[in-house]
Amino acid sequence: MSLVLEDGRHPDSVAAPPSSWDFLADRLFRGLAKAAAVLILLLLAFILWQIGRRAGPGIRDYGVGFLTSTNWDVGRGHFGILPAIWGTIYSSFLALLIGGFFGIVMAIFLTQDFLPPRLAVVFRTTVELLAAIPSVVYGLWGIFVVVPAIRPAANWLHEHLGAIPIFGSTLSGPGLLPAALVLAIMVLPTVAAVSQDALRQVPYRVKEAAYGMGATRWEAILRVMLPTAATGIFGALVLGFGRALGETMALAMLIGNSNQLSLSLFSPANTLAALLALNFPEAGPREVEVLMYAALVLLAITLLVNVAGGMMMNFATRSVRK
Amino acid sequence: MLVTGVSMLVFSTTDAPAQERVRLTGSGASFPFPLYSAWFKSFSGKHATVSVDYQAKGSGAGIQDFINRTVDFAASDAAMTDEEIAKVPGGVQLVPLTAGEIALAYNVAGVKGLKLPRDVYSGIFLGKITKWSDPKIKAANPGLTLPDQDITVVRRADSSGTTFVFTTHLAAISEEWKKGPGIGTTVKWPASDKFVASPKNDGIAATLRQTPGSIGYVEYAFGKFSKMEMALLQNKSGQFVAPGGKGGEEALASVKLPADLRAWLPDPEGAQAYPIATYTWLLLYKKNSDPKKAAALRELVDYCLTEGQKTSAQMGYIPLPESVSATVRKAVASVQ
Amino acid sequence: MSPALPAVEGRATQIAGAQPVAPRLRRSPWEARALRSEILTVGAWIAAIIASVPLFSVLYMLIVRGGSRLSWEVLVELPPAGFEMGGGFGNAIVGTLVMVGLGALISVPVGIAGAVFLAELGPNSSLAGAVRFAAKTLTGLPSILAGVFAYASVVLVTGTYSAPAGAVALAVLMVPTVLLTAEEAMKMVPRITKDAAYGLGCTRSQVIWKIVLPTAMPGILTGVMLAVARAAGETAPLLFTALFSSYWLVEQGGVRLMRPTASLAVLIYNFSGMPFENQIELAWAASLVLVMIVLFINVASRLLGSRRA
Repeated sequence: MSLVLEDGRHPDSVAAPPSSWDFLADRLFRGLAKAAAVLILLLLAFILWQIGRRAGPGIRDYGVGFLTSTNWDVGRGHFGILPAIWGTIYSSFLALLIGGFFGIVMAIFLTQDFLPPRLAVVFRTTVELLAAIPSVVYGLWGIFVVVPAIRPAANWLHEHLGAIPIFGSTLSGPGLLPAALVLAIMVLPTVAAVSQDALRQVPYRVKEAAYGMGATRWEAILRVMLPTAATGIFGALVLGFGRALGETMALAMLIGNSNQLSLSLFSPANTLAALLALNFPEAGPREVEVLMYAALVLLAITLLVNVAGGMMMNFATRSVRK
Repeated sequence: MLVTGVSMLVFSTTDAPAQERVRLTGSGASFPFPLYSAWFKSFSGKHATVSVDYQAKGSGAGIQDFINRTVDFAASDAAMTDEEIAKVPGGVQLVPLTAGEIALAYNVAGVKGLKLPRDVYSGIFLGKITKWSDPKIKAANPGLTLPDQDITVVRRADSSGTTFVFTTHLAAISEEWKKGPGIGTTVKWPASDKFVASPKNDGIAATLRQTPGSIGYVEYAFGKFSKMEMALLQNKSGQFVAPGGKGGEEALASVKLPADLRAWLPDPEGAQAYPIATYTWLLLYKKNSDPKKAAALRELVDYCLTEGQKTSAQMGYIPLPESVSATVRKAVASVQ
Repeated sequence: MSPALPAVEGRATQIAGAQPVAPRLRRSPWEARALRSEILTVGAWIAAIIASVPLFSVLYMLIVRGGSRLSWEVLVELPPAGFEMGGGFGNAIVGTLVMVGLGALISVPVGIAGAVFLAELGPNSSLAGAVRFAAKTLTGLPSILAGVFAYASVVLVTGTYSAPAGAVALAVLMVPTVLLTAEEAMKMVPRITKDAAYGLGCTRSQVIWKIVLPTAMPGILTGVMLAVARAAGETAPLLFTALFSSYWLVEQGGVRLMRPTASLAVLIYNFSGMPFENQIELAWAASLVLVMIVLFINVASRLLGSRRA
């Protein structure tokens, strides 16, 4: 028969029911955690309210036509953000495609024993560091390095394959492709860093089990590791996409701020965030309302894409989840 | 760490000792930023009790700050409209401290000293004249070999006072421009893939340098120090004037300052006047909450109008004519 | 998955008494699946190299252009005006450290606490779903809007540009990243360890503090580092909240936080747009210093984090 003391403890055991102080601390901490979560919800609500308040007159005056018009003429009071919406989606998807793909490949490369561990750590730190480079510097790099570098290739593509719409115009400086490429480089460190964590969290025995069954290296990676780390990697992509949608400075320098709707990779375009950044400082009261309306549209796009992505993710991992 | 942070905050909002410096903060136009930063710094150096800060974020943003009273003064290339002035209780004193020119910089191999007649440069920006070998350009530049190259027009991507001034001038000299893109800090540029945009002066300079056959508009000060090739423009009297010489002062001399000190020069007269020039204003509250700040502001303006003018030309701006600076110095007494 | 077995030479026999023969495993490199794996490895190497080229290009540009100007003076002097030579950005370094520090002070506890709620305390509740949604939407918030928001909430209320306003804007940008990565990290903590702790009589908070947080710490740190790195390099929010200053934060009388504050990001923005060589060089040097600061914080936090474990 074991000795049990008054408050439920056994003298030789570490285990014990919680004391009343423990309960109090528990209540307090849980309350704080919940409060923090609610705070974030309130933050979004507050921001939406602030933006919505200023956007109100803009929505009233321009309605849905705002979203489908390509006319941006401040002097005459015509505003339309269709080119900006198109540019935002086009450039962000392109950036996510390129940056996300290479980011995940990097993550696999750095966590699956392709490099000696010390080297992998150095590499990983370098990639994470790139997230710290100010977007102004990325913009400058884009102007001075990327645009001249891709100009010859772009013009060659235009000359020889100009019939295909995506190569339909010449690259005369800032444009969609340079912006998307630089954006991809900005998204890559985020995706790579978070994906690496996700991959590292996969229990070693899962990997061992795959090898034990005779899988080749890549079969183990593609068919076992990635699906197990899928939610983490998806989270990485969400963060990356968010960064791409909201990127202001670098895109403002590289996108060309033109209100033309075009499929061509080389023509200048516009994004909602760049539109805001370029016009807000000098905007008069009328224009501010319209810009706030555009900001709401951007947030709505972020929302919609996250919802769609979440649904896709649920669908794709149905088989993997227990 | 939390405790240190909180105590730092508490510490910083407690009362300052009597010896404290007067800190003046201003924001607004980026057009005069290099000049203002030099002036304000040397002023602060000479006066131990005053330090002045200025941040360029655009005339519009500066005016917003001014209306919201989050700064002590602001700067604007477009002065203030009556509506905006009405929003400031106590009134606004507009003070023109300097003026500048807008130059058309270009990048065409082997071409220096390009002359552009009025209809030509307005035609280029309207998208009507599309090649450097256009007969009208050739006619004005008999001594130059112009290549058969497409003209790429580089314009500002961000909304800016510089665009405002440039489009005001274009509207004054071209009916078609007035009916078309019009005047504004951003306008609807012709839809052509030969029109590219870059943000801020340095963006335009970089794009110009990388794109052969391009032309764009920049502040003269910027063009001068970035060593860009700038065109000679034809003024109202038909003369071709280069930016940076006496042309700016002549342009200023051709317009008389009205009582509220808001003067525009959309198309200056004067035989040797440079056609695109503008004043840039400092915006001051007529009623300041702190008399020490008001005194410091008056001294600052005085400094800029006397000592400061000696360095304007060297930095690429137009020194104010004597009559103008005298008028302004009298006006600033209303800042209390 | 029924893989084809690699070719085996010899066979282990189980006849009682006989010596078992060790199989010699040999894999044909041309066999379909192995070949696929090798090709993918080569592909991965190529992809890694392609991805590294722009990364190293940026770093190279930064190091070459910034390094040439780096010196002790540059770290301790005040910014030069228009035509001046020399000068530095000491006050900008201090400003960035202060604002990012304050921003982290606000966003990291809130982010981690919120993530605790999402991962441990109410993962399937509708509140959790709403919060996750909110956080994901906030990741797409353009940095300029965070600045405008902080302007309306802090600057207009206090009547002046200030460092805390800048910190608030940066915190708004940092919170979603910290929250989302921390939640993912906490979800990965093995159930077994948590159950064991519960078995020993821990309350939920104790399990979180003693098991979940320490185990998830590397992942949480990644999120914090990413958030800090981004915040340190953002310009637009600071233009609307902290403006800029050419003077030190500390004056006779103490630290003055409720004043416009310099920061490296705004300095780079200002100076890179000027036509003067001196300023442009300083802008590059400032970019390099910024990256080095983030590197230092990154390495230091990883060392501290691993020491605790």
